Formats: sequence, C-alpha cells, structure tokens
Amino acid sequence: MSKYSPLADAIQTHISDGDCVALEGFTHLIPFAAGHEIIRQRIRDLTLVRMTPDLIYDQIIGMGCARKLIFSWGGNPGVGSLHRFRDAVENQYPNEIEIDERSHAAMAASYAAAASGLPFGLLRGFVGSDLLAHNPNLKSIDCPYTGERLATVPAIRPDVAIIHAQQADRVGNVHLWGIVGVQKEIALAAKRVIVTVEEIVDKLDAPPNACVIPAWVVTAISHVPRGAKPSYAHGYYERDNEFYRSWDAISRSRDKFSAWMNQHIMRESFETLHGEPML
Amino acid sequence: MTAASPSEIMTIVASRLLSNGTICFVGIGIPSKAANLARLTHAPDLVLIYESGTIGARPEVFPLSIGDGELATTADTVVSTTEIFSYWLQGGRVAVGFLGAAQVDRFANLNSTVIGNYDSPKVRLPGAGGAPEIAALAAETFVIIEHDKRKLVEKVDFVTSAGFLDGGDSRQQRGIRNSGPSVIITDLCCFRPHAETKELTVTQLHPGVTREQVRNATGWSVKFADEIFETEPPTETELDTLRDLEHRTELAHRGSGA
Repeated sequence: MSKYSPLADAIQTHISDGDCVALEGFTHLIPFAAGHEIIRQRIRDLTLVRMTPDLIYDQIIGMGCARKLIFSWGGNPGVGSLHRFRDAVENQYPNEIEIDERSHAAMAASYAAAASGLPFGLLRGFVGSDLLAHNPNLKSIDCPYTGERLATVPAIRPDVAIIHAQQADRVGNVHLWGIVGVQKEIALAAKRVIVTVEEIVDKLDAPPNACVIPAWVVTAISHVPRGAKPSYAHGYYERDNEFYRSWDAISRSRDKFSAWMNQHIMRESFETLHGEPML
Repeated sequence: MTAASPSEIMTIVASRLLSNGTICFVGIGIPSKAANLARLTHAPDLVLIYESGTIGARPEVFPLSIGDGELATTADTVVSTTEIFSYWLQGGRVAVGFLGAAQVDRFANLNSTVIGNYDSPKVRLPGAGGAPEIAALAAETFVIIEHDKRKLVEKVDFVTSAGFLDGGDSRQQRGIRNSGPSVIITDLCCFRPHAETKELTVTQLHPGVTREQVRNATGWSVKFADEIFETEPPTETELDTLRDLEHRTELAHRGSGA
C-alpha cells in the first residue's frame, strides 16, 4: 500500500487531541506546512516537543493547540523573542502552558535514548545550572565504573514525529541533507513518523553514508513543495529572513496575530502566498 | 573612515583574543561576528564550530540564524546535533566556547532563561540552548555582552550556565572540570576573574573609556586590577574587514528569501 497521502489526510489520520508531537528541524527543513495543517484541523492539548521551537510553534501555541512544551531554546533566531510563546508563559494566554525545559545536549540525549530503546540519556551536563532545581526530570547517576556523577534525562518518545526532507522515492525512502539536526533521531524515537518532501524522484541519488530514512520507518508521506517555508530546504530555496524579521511585529499583538493567522493560515494556503520556490 | 563605534571596538577586541588554529565553539550573534572577523584577519586557520553541526564553517556573510545554509555550504563537514554535542563538545575537542547572554553577574554566571522569577517570569527569554554544556565542557569560555547595568548585575536572576557560581573554588567543588570563563568583553572594557576570589575585575579599558563610566554602567561595586591595560585602537584592516562583512551581510539578507 502506498504511504503517500495528501498532508491533510496524514495529519487527520495520525494525530489526535492530547498527543505528544515533535516537528523537528534545526533552523533548516522545518515542517511549517504540516504545522499549519495541525492548526487548521484545530487539534488540541498537544504536548509539543522540539529543541528549537520557532515561528511554527509560536503559531501553534498562539492558536491554543498546545498544553505543554518540552524544549531547549525558544526564540526567533537572530531576531529575538517568540511573543506568542512568551504570552502563554508570562500571561497564560490563550491558555496556560506547562514547560519541561532542558538544554540542547540534554534534548539530543533524550531523543538518542528513545531511538536506542533506552529509558534515559546520559551526559556530562548542566552542572551548576538552575535548570536542575526547576526541572524534576533532570537527575543524575553515579558512574558504576568511575564513580563520577553524571547527568540523566528521560527518553522522549513522541506519539508522532514530523519532519520535512528534500527528496523521497516512489516507495517512500526519504533523503535529507545539509544541516540534518536531530531528524533521524526523532524519526527513530517516535511511534509514528509523518514526512513531507519537496520532491518525489524515481531514484534517490544518495551516497552510502547519506542521511536516508527507509520507507519502512515512515508511517505516512506527503508531497509538499515549499513545505518548509519560511525556513529553507538546502538546494531548493533559501531561508526567508525577511519573514522571520516581520514575524516580530505580527506576533507582538494578539489581535494582529489572530488576523494574520485567519487570513494566511485558516483561509488560504501560506505556501501559495509564498510563491514559487527559488532555485 | 569614521571612528569605530563602541560596539565595533567590542567585536574587534573579542576577535583579537582568538588565536590562529584555535578550535572555537561559537554562539550566534556577536560571538559569531567576532570569530569570523578573527578568521578574516589574523587567524585564517581558526576552526569555527556552530551547534547546528557545522564544523570548520567559513561563512562569507554573518549568518542570521545558527543554522543558515551558508554555514553548511562552507563547512568542512556537517554532523547531526546529537553528534556535535556528544563527540565534539563533550569529547573534549573544543578549546574556546564563545558565548553571549542576557545577563552576566559578578562571578561570571550567565542567564539566558528568565528575568524575574522562573515560575512567573517578568520576561521569558529563549532559554539555555547549547550554553550550559558549552560553558562546562569547552576548555575555557569567552563571554561578550553590551555594558549595561541591567545586563551586568550583582547576581543573575537565573543561572543558565555556571560561571564561578558563588566565587572562590565553588565551581570546582561542584565538579565542573574546565577552567570556566576567562574573559568578559564589553563595549567599555574587559573583565577577567580574580585569581582567588574569581570576582570579575576590570583589567582592560577601551580607548577613551573612564573608570567612572564603567562604574556607572555596572550593577555591582566594580573592582579594578592593579595594572590596567588600554585597548589598542582598531587598525584600519580590522575596521575595514568588519564593515565590509556587515555590508555584505546586509545585502545578502535584504529582500525576500535572501
């Protein structure tokens, strides 16, 4: 059976209210289109997971779809704050949001642990940091060989991981390149994997050590050109830095944010708004 | 050429501290600017590692984000985020961790998490990112921050990344193995930790800056070292290179999709 389906169907079939969902991407290949579909389908009470929640999480949180965020850095890269995220944390608007805050190294260890089938990740981390006092999930263990005290973080095993990639073949083998972040780890950590891709090709031209996620790991796949905009897809289009800058003003005000979301996400396709890919 | 601004001097002073061949784990923003300026002036073999997994990046323009395509295209290799933190940082490959922060305190602890109380913050900042481990695992760290009373404070609201904690040997007592912050570069001066107390002490003043200016802009009763160096003014090459980079960056980031 083909793993291909329209994005709206993939989201509807595989994500439910209350799920733990990770839309990953380290600045690159951020699955914006899939996030927009989550918002359009008004999925609620999500636990969102991501190392670097940026604009798409600001939108999902601002639209009231999330009740919890597990993360390590929540900002608009190179610009400043995520104002909808801040409004949720500082003023409980549009709803209260619980946070489980770690560091990048700890998040990566949490994903790698889940992908490896282990209950926790191990690192030499956050000694002396106040994060320890505020996050009961951050613990430590004595090394049985040296006695050294080492930090531990619980594995993160999301119900659904969503990633965007440059290419997939007709069977659904997925190939991504450039800054690959933690996409392979999260795909192997999650119970279900939804992938959106720029392009479907007859044959993946992937070198032997390339970052390829085999079709049998993938639950559903959708062909969504420009699906990472306004972030970028290495080799397809560049990051829309202007949009990231303009988001600051849009997201500062609750009204402006709502109006923008209604116009560009709820009523029409943001991807159409963003025009043709720049090659 | 117009005279160097305080911010340009800060960037140039920071760049001078990075010697050729150093393996440097760089934060985005001013650390990245200073590191690239060093690479394009006196330190062509400086190795820049960004937490996006790009090793040996040689960007032509300043990246806006830590994961700009420019970093991947110009890097020697690009590894996963998991690998960059485990094999490369935790594995002990990094000589200098170069960080910014929202607040730095008298004992060089860094805050990038919240202003105010953690559970009901006045300002929720982006958070730790890679900083706690960079601060603990690079052999030493450099910190760069604009000199302002609200940023250089007696005690940070939240210790995101440990500096010298309560001073003295409290960092070592907590089991942190590296030497910690060795210099804080601001647009007025440089602080270095006192050998015993670990209190940040002014050791260097930038051209034309007075002690009074530093006192007024610092949130604690600041101490000055017995011997204070005056920063060498920026050279024409340094200033030209920095401005040229800024100009190229502006052109590259302007317009849609750039």
